[in-house]
Parts: sequence; structure tokens; C-alpha cells
Amino acid sequence: MNRRLLMLAPLGLVAAGGAGFYAMLRGLGDGSYDPRGVPSALLGRATPAFSLPALEEGAPPLTEAALRGLPAPVLVNFWASWCVPCIVEHPQLMRLAREGVTILGINYKDRPADARAFLQRHGNPFRQLAQDAPGRVAIDWGVYGVPESYLIDRQGIVRWRWPGPVTPEVLEQDIRPLLRRHA
Amino acid sequence: MIAEIGHFALALALALALAQAVLPLLGAQRGEARLIAAAGPLAAGHLLAVAAAFAALLWAFVTNDTSVINVVQNSHSAKPLLYKLSGAWGNHEGSMVLWVLILALCGGAVAGFGRDLPGVLRARVLGVLGLVAVGFLAFILATSNPFGRVWPPPPDGQGLNPILQDPGLAFHPPLLYLGYVGYAVTFAFAVAALIEGRVDAAWGRWVRPWALAAWAFLTLGIALGSWWAYYELGWGGWWFWDPVENASLLPWLAGTALLHSAIVVEKREALKVWTVLLALLAFGFSLLGTFLVRSGVLNSVHAFANDPERGVFILGLLVFYLGGGLALFAWRAPAMAPAGLFAPLSREGGLVLNNLLLCSMAAVVLTGTLWPMFADLLLGQKISVGPPFFNTAILPLAVPLVLAMAAGPLLPWKRAQLWPVLQRLWWAALLAALAAAACLALAGARIGPALGFAAAAWLIGGALADVLDRIALFRRPAAAWSRARGLPRAAWGAAIAHAGLGVSILGMAGMGLATDRLAGLQPGESVALAGYEWRLDRVEDAVGSNWSARRATVTVTRNGATVAVLAPERRFFPVARMTTTEAAIHTTWLVDLYAVLGEEQEGAAVLRLHHNPLAPWIWLGAAIMALGGGLSLSDRRVRVAAPSAKRRAVPA
Repeated sequence: MNRRLLMLAPLGLVAAGGAGFYAMLRGLGDGSYDPRGVPSALLGRATPAFSLPALEEGAPPLTEAALRGLPAPVLVNFWASWCVPCIVEHPQLMRLAREGVTILGINYKDRPADARAFLQRHGNPFRQLAQDAPGRVAIDWGVYGVPESYLIDRQGIVRWRWPGPVTPEVLEQDIRPLLRRHA
Repeated sequence: MIAEIGHFALALALALALAQAVLPLLGAQRGEARLIAAAGPLAAGHLLAVAAAFAALLWAFVTNDTSVINVVQNSHSAKPLLYKLSGAWGNHEGSMVLWVLILALCGGAVAGFGRDLPGVLRARVLGVLGLVAVGFLAFILATSNPFGRVWPPPPDGQGLNPILQDPGLAFHPPLLYLGYVGYAVTFAFAVAALIEGRVDAAWGRWVRPWALAAWAFLTLGIALGSWWAYYELGWGGWWFWDPVENASLLPWLAGTALLHSAIVVEKREALKVWTVLLALLAFGFSLLGTFLVRSGVLNSVHAFANDPERGVFILGLLVFYLGGGLALFAWRAPAMAPAGLFAPLSREGGLVLNNLLLCSMAAVVLTGTLWPMFADLLLGQKISVGPPFFNTAILPLAVPLVLAMAAGPLLPWKRAQLWPVLQRLWWAALLAALAAAACLALAGARIGPALGFAAAAWLIGGALADVLDRIALFRRPAAAWSRARGLPRAAWGAAIAHAGLGVSILGMAGMGLATDRLAGLQPGESVALAGYEWRLDRVEDAVGSNWSARRATVTVTRNGATVAVLAPERRFFPVARMTTTEAAIHTTWLVDLYAVLGEEQEGAAVLRLHHNPLAPWIWLGAAIMALGGGLSLSDRRVRVAAPSAKRRAVPA
């Protein structure tokens, strides 16, 4: 009897493995399983301290103080005028801005003149706009590349990170529920 | 037109494979001679149809037929002919066609060379191979049609991923697939044996050449992949424990175990159930690798463009074939009586130890590969299992394996004594100790490399001792030459393959002493590494057929004398908009001088320089191992299937 059970064991392992793989494939389909996604080390923590000069001359610098004790959650968006996916996500950011969501922009490794030209052409969704020309703050935040967005709740805790463009799907499926949850 | 013929040929192949799966199995069950006899011709027809489909695909790539979407996505008219051809299998759809072609070739080989197999067994083996082909042909036709058209045709294709435009990689997939798919034959033999409920010495003898051939091809395929990673990816390493590499190592480990346990079945009719299980697992691991690489569940540099829908299909195939085989195993194997008693200390005992260790290694690699995925799924944790885990877990298994590997072939069957074996191996042990001592003296307290050199000396010395003992060079020198000629090629093959692993380990130990250095240099500046002076002469533009590049010239000198001039490149492929690094390697066989060109800033170029002792020996050793496999395959005993009753006398 034991011998018979022993010989069933490989079949059991394959069945369990098969079920697990099937769950992974299902998860790939609905986005709950993503082997490539690496969670941000900042999730659930306050943003690191920083101070960045504003893009407009004469405006006050952007610091972490702007992210503490807010009336509503904010979106922090790293972008650049040279980045093609940034153009793809721009209409979504504009829509959020029209709906009254605060978006703080950090212009990454860019020339101020180019950044201004980009916003003139496509519209400016950003409540405040800072420039990170050397990319130091982006390193502190763990930015993969532009565009990349972070959702900061009212206490200044990072709740969500999205490396890549904010597509209409990301807007509907991730950002809106998060904005409701942390409102 | 040609593409449609190819598509039709695939559909025809599916129909023939279905017939090949159903008719012979039915005939074998009912004892109908006509159905049994249909197996061979059906396998031949199936092979012809798949070959026609593959030829059509090659034609589409060679003529750069941009109305075929697969060509558009993976080829370009400016590509050299070799890469147009390799582009045909450098993508998901084409590689699946290559896969079924090799499967059909295996079926054709069983039909052609297996004439002295009993008709019923041959029919069942071909039937199971047909069943495997049905699944993969259906997969291609349903989800991965390589002949899809696009209208209007674009003026030219998008090019093959430039990293794959390399002679090493052109031949890597075919060799690897010959290995993977070769295990389909041993799988088919195992399933046939389970259906018949009988495994005997003859079965072991018929399975072994297939296991051996698949193993030799897989060894070459893995070595070629590792060599490619070494010179093309430019990371300076040769094995990264990447999940995709592990996926190819798993069937190799199971297949190596199978190769050895099949000997015990053949000679002693023991380990029968275990051997059948290994045959099922070796192919199961091949399928697992296919699934992992193509379904998108993995995060790896070499994964194919992936698609969960295809993943579900391949998972279905994996569960159907492996699950079906193992269900049959759970049902029929308990009835197979164990036979052939032997003492723990004997040739059989040594081979059991070999199997236990190899299977433990496979379990370690499997766990390390799959655990991060399952941890993510079940616990929601992102973990990565890296080289430290594999190295620390594999080493304690590799040490006894290597120790036993030299002694095993010297043990007689049934019952052995350790003392006479050790007597014949004392000088190999002495050699190993000397190698370790020399390494410690020259390179300082580096335990890993010292252990590696000792293992290499022990293995090569052990293989030599085995051969010298068999030809009795010292006892009767006069007859040694004729004894050497009379020694079965299987014995030569085993000794050479074991020595080949020793050569590989020598290379790995050498790589354990590798040093590297990152330097930002202005032209004319130089740095020192490993006793060499590396001077950057200039950085200039260069142009190739479908790329442009920045090329650095690095002169390596030692004590003022020029050793080598290296020209590492960073190539830019405009069609694919990708940059690749072309490492420049100068090998003296004792050492590789290896340079990679990185970014340039303000006139300075970043160079990564490596000094890799004995690196080429890793792949040379693998080639020697495959050579040993081939030699063993050419043994008279394999070519001329002797009647099953009489066992060969045990070599002294």
C-alpha cells in the first residue's frame, strides 16, 4: 500500500504544480500576478527628504513639506520632454488635473526651455513643477525611468508606484480606486 | 503561395500524427498486425509533412517575404543569410516548428533504426511520439501560426533581435531542442513499457542510445548557450543561475541520471521502476522548460515574447503528457517486481548513489527556480533566489558526486571491495592533493578554486586509471595496444565523458580565480590588471552590414611585450534601435583576456576588463563530454542489437 502511495506522489506534485502555474497565468491575465514588477521600497513609508528648484524662475522650491498634511492625496509624476511615453500619458494627467486632483511634476534630466515648450504644446496638468536635472532625487525615490508616478496619501505616505505611462486603464483601474480609498 | 503550402503541410502533419497516435496504439492493444505495421509509414509521412512546413518557413525567411507577418517581425533584408535562416527559429512560432520537426525526426529515426525492436513495442513508442506531436502541432495551428499573412506587406522587416545575431546562437536552439525532444523518445519508451507492464534488460538496451544521444546534444546545446552568454552578453560570467538556464539544466540532470540508471536495467535488471520514472521526468522537465520560457510566468532576460493564452495551452500539454505518464506510472509501476539484488558497495550501488545525488541536485535547482514564483503567488512576497543559494546548495552534493565518479567505473558488479579500487586510484588522489596544494600556494587561501582543481585532477586521473586498468598497461604492456583496440567503445566513451567533466571543472575552478576591473580611460592612458598593462589607444566609429559601432582599441602588454590587441565594440542596430556590446576576447587557452566597452563621457571611455584563467576549458570539457557520449553511441553493442538473453561478461 505504501509503495502504491509513493508512486502516486509524483502525480500529486505535478497536479499541485499545474494548479499553481494555472493560478499564475490567470493572475497574469488580470494583473494580480506580475513577475516583472518590483515593489517600491518606499511603499508604506514617508517620502525621503528633498528640495528641488522650481521650473519657473522665482517660484519657491518643492520640498517634502509640500507632501505632508494634505487635504487630499496627490500624484507625483516624474517626466521629461524627451520621453515619448510621457506624451502617451499626458491626456490622462490633464483629465485628472481638470477633475481637481493635485499633481506634482518633477521634470527629470531635462532642459527647462524644452520642458516649458512641452507644457505649452500639450497643456500643464501640474499644480507645482520642480526640476531634477541631475536626477539625484529620482535615485532616492528609486525611479526606474520616466514616466513614473507615485500616489502619496494625506499623511505623506507613499501608497502606490507605477513605473510606466498612466494609460486610460491604469487611470480607471488603479488611480481612481486609490484616490477614493485615501480621500 | 509557399507560405500557404507550409500551413497546409502543418495541418496535414497534424492529421498524420493523429493517425500515428491512434492506429498503432490500438493495433498493439488488439494485436492487429496491419495496424501495428502502419506505425512506420505514418511516422515517415508525418516527418515529410513537417519537413515541408519547415522548408516553407525557411523559404519565406530566405526570400524575405514581407507578406508573412513572422518574417516582418523577425527578419530584415540587410541581414546576412545565416541570420535569415536562424531568424526562422529565433522566434516563438518558428522555434515551435523546429521543435515538431525534431520530434518528427526522432519518430522517423525510431521507425528507421528500430527495425529490430519487437513490432508491438515499436508501434507503441511511435504511437506515443505521435500523441506528443499532436499536442504540439495543435498548439502551433491554434495559437502560433508561423505563416500568417499581413496585407499590405510592409517594404521591409523589423529585424531580428540583434543580441541573437550570432553564430553561437544560430546553432544553440537546434542542439538544445535535439536534446529536449530526444527525451520525448525515452518518454515514449517509458510509457510503452508501462502500457506493456514489462521492463527488462532489452528495454534498457533500447532506451540507452536514445538517452545517450539526447544527453550529448543537450550537453552541447547548454554549453553553446553558456559560451554565448559569456562572449555576447559581456557580463564576464559563464553561468548565471538564470531561470531559463536552470530550465535547460533540469532535463540534463534528470537525463544524466537516466543514462546511468538505464545501464543498471540493461546489465542487472534492477532499478526498473526508478528508470521509468526518470525517463518520464526528463521529458517532463523539458516540457516545464518550454512552459516557463514561453508563458510569461518568469522574469528572465531570455524569455520569449509571451502570452498567457499560449501559456495555458502549453500548461495543458505539460499536465496532459507528464500527468498522463505519471498516472500510468502510479497505476502500473507497483506491479513491476524489483529484481537483481546487489550489495551497497558495487557498481550498481555506485550508480544508485550517482542517481540520488543527481536527483537531489535537480530538486535543488527546481526548488530554487520555482520557489520565487510560488512565493509571489502564495505569499505575495517578491524574493529572488540567486547564485549564493545555488552555489551553497549544489556544492555539498557535487563533492560526493565527483568523489564517487572516479571510483564508480572501477567497481565490479554485484559486490565489490573498496580497497582494490582505492589501490588503483591512489595516484589520482595524490594528483588531486597536489593540484589543491599548488592552487593554495599560488593563489592564496581560496578554498573553492582549490577544491575545483582537486576535483578536476581526481576526475581526469580517475578516468585515466580506469582506461589504464582495463588495457592492463602496467601488468602486461605488450598486449596493451590490442586490449585498447578491443576495449568496447562504451568503456572509452564513459572514461572520456568523465574526463570531460573534469576538464569543465578545471575551467570553472580557473574562473573562480578570475579578476576584473572597471576603468574610465582617456586614449593613451592605461591600467594594470593581473600582471598585464591594458592601454586604451583610441575609440573610433565602425560600420557593419546592418549596424554601426563605436570600437575601442586596447593594447594589452606584459613586461613591455604586446600580448594582444583587443577591439571591443558597442554596436548600434538602427532597425531594431538596440545597442549590443561585443566583448573582445583574446584567448591563450590558459587565460582569456576579455574587454568590454561601456559608455563614453567627455573623451573618456569606460572599459570593463576581465582576466579569466582557463575559461575556454569549461566549454571544451562539455564538447569532450558530448564526444564521449557519441563514442559510446557508436559501440557495437548499440549498433547491432544483440539477442537479449545473454548478458555480456563483466569486464575485469
